[in-house]
Amino acid sequence: MAAGSKIALFVLLVAAPPLFDSYWIGLLTQVLIFAILAMSLDILLGYTGLPSLGHAGLFGVAAYSVALLSTVHHASFWVSVAGGILAGTLVSAIFGLLVSHVRDVYFLMITLALGMVLWGLSYRWIPVTGGDNGISGIPRFDAHAGLPVSGPAPVYYMTLVAFLACSGAMTRLVRSPFGFALRGIRENERRMKSLGFNTWLHCYASYVIAGAFASVAGVVWAYYNGFVSPTYLDLTASSEVFLMVTLGGPGTLVGPALGAGAIVLLKNVMSAYTHRWLLILGIVYIVTILAAPQGVWNVLNSPPRRTRGTRR
Amino acid sequence: MFVAALLLAGTFVAGQTPASPIKLGFLVPLSGAYAQNGRDILNGLLLYLDEIGYRAAGRPIELIVEDDEAIPAVGLTKARKLVERDQVHLMAGALLSSTGYALAPYIDSVRMPMVYPVVSADDLTQRRRSQWIVRTGWSGSQPNHAFGEYAYRDLKLRNVTTIALDYAFGWESVGGFERTFKDEGGAIVQKIWCPVSVHDFAPYLAQVSRDIDAVYALVLGRAALQFMRQYREFGLKQRVLLIGGGTTTDEHVLPFMGDEALGVITALHYSAALDTPANRTFAAAYRARFRKIPSYYAESMYTGAKWLVAAVERVHGRVEDRAAFMDALRSVKVADVPRGPVELDEYGNPIENVYIRRVERVNGELQNTVIATFPRVSQFWKYNPADYLSRPLYSR
Repeated sequence: MAAGSKIALFVLLVAAPPLFDSYWIGLLTQVLIFAILAMSLDILLGYTGLPSLGHAGLFGVAAYSVALLSTVHHASFWVSVAGGILAGTLVSAIFGLLVSHVRDVYFLMITLALGMVLWGLSYRWIPVTGGDNGISGIPRFDAHAGLPVSGPAPVYYMTLVAFLACSGAMTRLVRSPFGFALRGIRENERRMKSLGFNTWLHCYASYVIAGAFASVAGVVWAYYNGFVSPTYLDLTASSEVFLMVTLGGPGTLVGPALGAGAIVLLKNVMSAYTHRWLLILGIVYIVTILAAPQGVWNVLNSPPRRTRGTRR
Repeated sequence: MFVAALLLAGTFVAGQTPASPIKLGFLVPLSGAYAQNGRDILNGLLLYLDEIGYRAAGRPIELIVEDDEAIPAVGLTKARKLVERDQVHLMAGALLSSTGYALAPYIDSVRMPMVYPVVSADDLTQRRRSQWIVRTGWSGSQPNHAFGEYAYRDLKLRNVTTIALDYAFGWESVGGFERTFKDEGGAIVQKIWCPVSVHDFAPYLAQVSRDIDAVYALVLGRAALQFMRQYREFGLKQRVLLIGGGTTTDEHVLPFMGDEALGVITALHYSAALDTPANRTFAAAYRARFRKIPSYYAESMYTGAKWLVAAVERVHGRVEDRAAFMDALRSVKVADVPRGPVELDEYGNPIENVYIRRVERVNGELQNTVIATFPRVSQFWKYNPADYLSRPLYSR
């Protein structure tokens, strides 16, 4: 993205709260949270070429950890936040061991299964997770952090800080030599191996890093909603994130963030006007897949390079 | 005639400075697996608002409907939209317990008077009560407490197997039944749980013990149709009496069942076949408008709407004073509701009749014929509320 549009977007995001009412600020907060989540999946799906269908599971683990720490154990804000991120990262470090040796559709299947395991756990481990009813009563983001001000705007700004920190870190990551190695693995893993790269370790690291950023999103989402429930980590949630990435443009970070924004806004704005909004959303998906299979951002941003690298 | 009345009303309104409308925010699943139940709830609301011409205490009522997709996080986003953007004065709705629990802290934080017509999660009016939510429906274990006693004393059952959907509503229904049934001296031989997304009951029906007097089933929607069919196919119908929670034979599925449902005995706070003047009028009007039998979902919201409007009348339309409106909502008595006499207890849950119903075919149609009535049943049954609340919530 050009520096000019980046600054414009930044100014818009910072200046948003006084311009919109609290409902729109709430929606924007959701957009930012899902943007973090979609970008984290993009590291896996777009940069490393590993399609994960269990990403919402890691997001959910972090959200449930925050819920448990802040309600049952009455932990402080920073303990809850750190605990949530740590728990999500830990689970992805364990799952990473199980998935890092497989590719393509096998990766998809195993991550799907692991995601379902996490969902099942949230649904059936009733004494801890409250089952279907979830856990409610998580303190408000602003109140728990001990901010002197409260309301939708402070929550929004806290989310914005998390978003900027995460997107900055992820941008650095994909531009680092490590990020280029990931892209190398996506394009031709055998060649990377023969160049001496430990591709397993790269895939593992990429999975854990993606899980860590998903955990950040999960932590903020738990605070934003004030409750957690198994619908956070079910297959629908995972595939929705997947769609955000593929719709926006995998391997760009910006694309998935925009995809997240588009889907969150479309869902909420359209459903206020028509009960046929699912139909419209379906049409949007189909049109995008047909007209821009590499994602909207890839098509918009680099028309001359469209054919590069898609065939070997 | 109706058109003339409308025109008249139109000129009347146009001729005066119109009172500002009372905005009613309404939230149920209108897409996804629970869309049909959500639609029934909406129908109940529409029927009542039609009856009063969308006016209460001289102010027009503006209805804003949102679809919560049966996902708690979506429900919360939609509730925020209704409160913060549409600036509604009152809210009603929610179907699933999970959505009910998810909304409660937010509703309390924005001090928004809300009616839960259907959400039956026990703790919403027990251990986790909310300041700003009144439940006009029921709590999941409420009719089942009465049913447990009835099953032992009147049906003379001693050993029962339960088969229920594996989520909070199932646990609370079975839990309530189990508690009073065991208190009487009965035994629950097996508790079989099926996932909510169950498609085939064969693996569960195959486990049913041979030495039992009855099977207690708690299912709803599509699963109820499937269960009834398979219960007969397994040869259980001729051998073992089938009883269950009210939703198992509720009118939202009953018209789609056949003879396999005949003789099933269930308990609920409503039956469309209830033979009272108020219910006959309601059922006839509902059938005329929507071409189907009212389910308990429809009745719940119809009564819930009547309750809301009665409270609006009590405060003379001044719904902006939310605390006063809330007091009115908690203290107002609504008469002539289809389900029979109903009043709130001090915990915000209705004290109401529980009906024991048996499925029969009358004039070619299946119906839940009321065979016994437990008058004025509290959510705590005959137990002392303090003792009751000191015990944990019903679980698996």
